[in-house]
Amino acid sequence: MSKITFPRMGESYRTIKMLLEDLGNEVVVPPRPSKRTLDLGIRYAPEFACLPLKILMGTYLETIEMGADTIVTTGGVGPCRAGEYGMLHHKILNDLGHKIKMIVIEPPRLHPFNFIKSIRALNKSRVSIKGIIAHVKRAWRKLQALDNLEKLSHTVRPRELSRGSTTRAYRKTLDWIDQAYTTEQIVEAEFAALEALKSIPQDPARMVLKVGIVGEIYVLLEPASNLEIEETLGNLGVEVERSMFLTGWTRDNTWNETTEGITVKEAAAPYLPELIGGHGRDSIGNTVLYAKRGFDGIIQLAPFTCIPEIVARTILTKVSKDYNIPVLTFFLDEQTGKAGMTTRLEAFIDLLRRKKQFRRGVESLTC
Amino acid sequence: MSVKVGIPNALLYYLYYPLWQVFFNEIGVQVVTSGKTTKEILNNGVREALADACVPIKLFFGHVMELKGRVDYLFIPRVVCINRKTVYCPKFLGLPDMIRHSITGLPPIIDVRMDTRQGQFAMLKAYLEIGDIFKAGKLSVYQAYNKACRTLSRYNKLLRKGWNPHEAISLLHKKGPLPKPPDTDLKFAVVGYPYNIYDNFISVNFLDKLRRLGVSVITAENISPLSLARQKNCGLPKRLFWTFSDRALKAAHLLFKRGRVDGMLHLTAFGCGPDSLLNKFIELEAKKHRDIPFMTLMIDEHTGEAGMSTRLEAFVDMVRRRKEALACPK
Repeated sequence: MSKITFPRMGESYRTIKMLLEDLGNEVVVPPRPSKRTLDLGIRYAPEFACLPLKILMGTYLETIEMGADTIVTTGGVGPCRAGEYGMLHHKILNDLGHKIKMIVIEPPRLHPFNFIKSIRALNKSRVSIKGIIAHVKRAWRKLQALDNLEKLSHTVRPRELSRGSTTRAYRKTLDWIDQAYTTEQIVEAEFAALEALKSIPQDPARMVLKVGIVGEIYVLLEPASNLEIEETLGNLGVEVERSMFLTGWTRDNTWNETTEGITVKEAAAPYLPELIGGHGRDSIGNTVLYAKRGFDGIIQLAPFTCIPEIVARTILTKVSKDYNIPVLTFFLDEQTGKAGMTTRLEAFIDLLRRKKQFRRGVESLTC
Repeated sequence: MSVKVGIPNALLYYLYYPLWQVFFNEIGVQVVTSGKTTKEILNNGVREALADACVPIKLFFGHVMELKGRVDYLFIPRVVCINRKTVYCPKFLGLPDMIRHSITGLPPIIDVRMDTRQGQFAMLKAYLEIGDIFKAGKLSVYQAYNKACRTLSRYNKLLRKGWNPHEAISLLHKKGPLPKPPDTDLKFAVVGYPYNIYDNFISVNFLDKLRRLGVSVITAENISPLSLARQKNCGLPKRLFWTFSDRALKAAHLLFKRGRVDGMLHLTAFGCGPDSLLNKFIELEAKKHRDIPFMTLMIDEHTGEAGMSTRLEAFVDMVRRRKEALACPK
């Protein structure tokens, strides 16, 4: 029987694993990207490919070692490079002598036949269409639960009394959701998990900065690729709001656009009226929206050589000036080190904090 | 005094300048170009553009700076799709916005959107829109567009004959039959983007160097679009999304298969997004064609003349010796 694997992106692997198993596949869970993953990826991927491609390249090679022979991944219609990564990975893996099968799921709105074909290929135990829909619905609920939990952890972490308690509780509660199978169990586990996070002792009086995170989806969603920036920021006493979660993104790209997606587009229109692929326009739109909501600063995350984010970064300079909101950009690649990043973050947060205090009149800028 | 429109000598200049020049002249607008790339233009571009952008984009910024203050309008069209199939690199799509939001004190930018996926007459509509800005009548715009298209097709014919864009532009307005370029003993295929290959400054006189070494060059621009289209998707499940990359990959496949070249060079810019894929695909294809040597050359704003010369000379020597050895009877 074929063993199937998929790209890992944050905690979403728990859901995808459940869904693929429901459809009758034997699943190889991709390991969390490590130094070794990246080393493998760098060795075989093109030098100027972006970080997600390199990490995935390494992940695929690791899962092949673990016995996987089929890879399911997503496609795309450009103009972002990610849409072609499936076929590049396939070519490179073939060149290395690994005979694997690649199932690339294209967006159903534009390629309905390809989509149906991929689903048929994945449906090993011949579940009926009704059954597939039920499985997908349940998986969707689980994905929402995971996203809700993560969102809550972002607000609790900066206010926690003893450092690290949120992260510990979050790790523990993730397993609860992981073990839930039926919809009722998922709802129950989600409720319990949210309660557990809320009951962490917090300091309500603490001055908490609000920072919005925008950028490219993979480096936003996979903590191993962004060196756990959200955790680092939370520990610095910063409440993080991330512009992208898998549930929101999937909704915008499969069925129809949410009002949220349309607002972002409208907000970006004065600066960038064109869809440039990837998340360039979203980065600009979300920065404008965060600024209007009174955030203290914005952090943009992008892989090195990411084309849409370079365009966005060029324009964000102007947005930053127009709305008087500081923007810090990280172009991440295999050379990025955690210590360097933390230093830059600390400096940025210090500036934001002083700016905020100055506005409140607590302390003057020139002592 | 007539209105002046500035066209930067970068990116799409090498493919569409003849069309734009004739069009603007016909509707009574003077065209000003930023001239050849110089050290100063490059330095200006590097200063103005984001550090992570690729060299061609930095050069474009430099060329725009060069035109600043000398023209009444800047022509930076948002070229999205011209062949109904592939789009341009995201940096082209956001180009007018990048320029507008990072350089201050610029004249108004003409950023009409050109996307042939929107309908048959999308291009004509785009040019009518440009005509509106200069208050030209619909009929005169139509005539200007027609004449411009004829010029472009003559220009393309010159390119197919084997001339490079600079030579073709200078030969464009000569009357009589189209002349033929001279022959040489070695012929290389050079794949890459026209704005890298033909910009003599940033490619450190790459083409001249090859010519001096007795090598003639064939690029994707010299091949008819029909033979390129026959390559389909080059054995991939999807075509490359970007017009220039798609064309370069097809040209590479065609030239590898046809085998009438002695070597293949891929000229790429540091940090070029689409090229990271394109280069790997060409490299994997080159492995199947062991008889045609393949080399990748990377350029950036620090590329030195000597380093490039050494690599080219070594490559040409190797190809020449190999050819001589193979030609000798055993």
